[in-house]
Amino acid sequence: MSALYELTLAEVSLALAQRRVSASEVLDAQVARLGAVEPRVQAFLRIDEAGARAAATASDARRSAGQSLGPLDGVPVALKDNLLTRGVETTAGSRILSGYVPPNDATVTTRLKQAGAVILGKTNLDEFAMGSSTESCPFHLTQNPYALDRVPGGSSGGSAAAVAAREVFGALGSDTGGSIRQPAALTNVVGLKPTWGRVSRSGVIAYASSLDQVGPFGRTVTDVALQLKVIAGHDPADSTSSDAPVPDYAAGLTGSVKGLRIGLPREYEVAGMDPHVLASVKAAAKTLQGLGATLVELSLPHTGAALAAYYLIASSEASSNLGRYDGVRFGHRAEGVKTLRELYVKSRSEGFGEEVKRRIMLGTFALSAGYHDAYSVKAQQVRTLIRRDFEQAFGVCDVVLSATSPVPAWKQGEKLDDPLALYLMDVLTIPCNLAGLPGVSVPMAPTSAGLPTGLQVLGRPFDEQTVLNVAHAWERETSYFRRAPEL
Amino acid sequence: MKLTVEQVRHVANLARLELSAAEEGRFVERLQAVVDAVDALSKIDTTGVPPMTAPVHGAPTTRADEPGGMLTTDEALANAPQKVGTSFAIPRVIE
Repeated sequence: MSALYELTLAEVSLALAQRRVSASEVLDAQVARLGAVEPRVQAFLRIDEAGARAAATASDARRSAGQSLGPLDGVPVALKDNLLTRGVETTAGSRILSGYVPPNDATVTTRLKQAGAVILGKTNLDEFAMGSSTESCPFHLTQNPYALDRVPGGSSGGSAAAVAAREVFGALGSDTGGSIRQPAALTNVVGLKPTWGRVSRSGVIAYASSLDQVGPFGRTVTDVALQLKVIAGHDPADSTSSDAPVPDYAAGLTGSVKGLRIGLPREYEVAGMDPHVLASVKAAAKTLQGLGATLVELSLPHTGAALAAYYLIASSEASSNLGRYDGVRFGHRAEGVKTLRELYVKSRSEGFGEEVKRRIMLGTFALSAGYHDAYSVKAQQVRTLIRRDFEQAFGVCDVVLSATSPVPAWKQGEKLDDPLALYLMDVLTIPCNLAGLPGVSVPMAPTSAGLPTGLQVLGRPFDEQTVLNVAHAWERETSYFRRAPEL
Repeated sequence: MKLTVEQVRHVANLARLELSAAEEGRFVERLQAVVDAVDALSKIDTTGVPPMTAPVHGAPTTRADEPGGMLTTDEALANAPQKVGTSFAIPRVIE
């Protein structure tokens, strides 16, 4: 048997179910793995070894009594630090929430706990999930396990890196404009953004509520499917969460794409795209065609406007959501202030980082008197057009195939001074969020320098099953997911 | 459109943010770049297109109107940077 940390989530789950290994032994292996690689990867903001130990012990007690809470019982996982964990500090990667200890769990945290998962810690992110490189967090950077001088992508870069580095078997992130899929692509793991409404947002520190969605990372599509089953479903605490039935996604992975129509949008060949990435997507389409799928070239005509619409909508919602950080009920409070107004202004100005301030400013501007119609309403109208593009596309195809990120991981610090260059990294992932669709990134051929790339599959609302199945067929046909970083 | 320092100051005031002189300069420049990029939207014909506030697929779900999942006073106050008794404390607003 290979080292425990090398197993996939499904494999370790089976080993636990067959009692070939105990949850405590698995945790020991992961704690040792953390000791060996975490100082170089720095995926975590906080490791809760005591909490994980208690969960592993409880899992072993259940197994000894002949009971199990399902496939995640006893499996170490990680949570992005914008997901609330009762009694464990949660900062969203911001100084303004330093020391914040939530009084309750996010619904996704509760569901993981109810499934017996062992939550090993909280992972790094761009401040308030605003970024594509996990560099805007004020605490520390996270390194890409495949190239330690490069970014892991973002904003869920810590969760992606933790799974890629074999520190945990699965992890949750959040995806507002690509923040699960893009880091998955840059670190050779699978990342799924579910349909908006598939997973509860209760207890998720809000960035842009109409775009945010929680989803899983895993080394394989099966690993992601197993986690999705646990976190998906209606939650009375989130009226936007859907009561559509939750299928057994892992059981539905047939690996067959015979007769499936795969859409190839011509607008997803963007300027500045890495030639290797572009060639790899075309090769992937041919591979899927060889497996019995039909390729359909199509147009999503408003793609070019998606980025601008996204930044207005996301920033507007952020400026409103982040109004709650005022130094009164929780979070950083400025000292030596004399008036309430001064308390608000100083607490916020000291607590927020520059990228967060920039987005609050853009959102406040777009919502302010005189500019609301020209910017906010216009962006929301364009959003309708983008949604209609997809509705038309799904009349002639079943999934849309593209690259996840136009480029592989870049060097840390390289794009920090140019926000627009950073925003462009999200150009292939953003339309999916605007339309509220499910999308997955699955490992594709690495570049000649060994940098991971990702293949993106988008689907119809609530059709995670087809999206995952296409990714699964691709993964079975190729072996990129087997590649491991040299750490 | 061209952003001015005064506009940036006005927006910062609305957002309850205080910018240093250096930040003001940077924000004018960087927000200008974003505003230039989003100005491209004005070229798209959206006549008669309804604005979309959220990607809702199907009817929203509701629950019984029953209280539940509430925090205790101690839990609610646990993260307060400053408190007095069972209240959050703020600087005096009425003289």
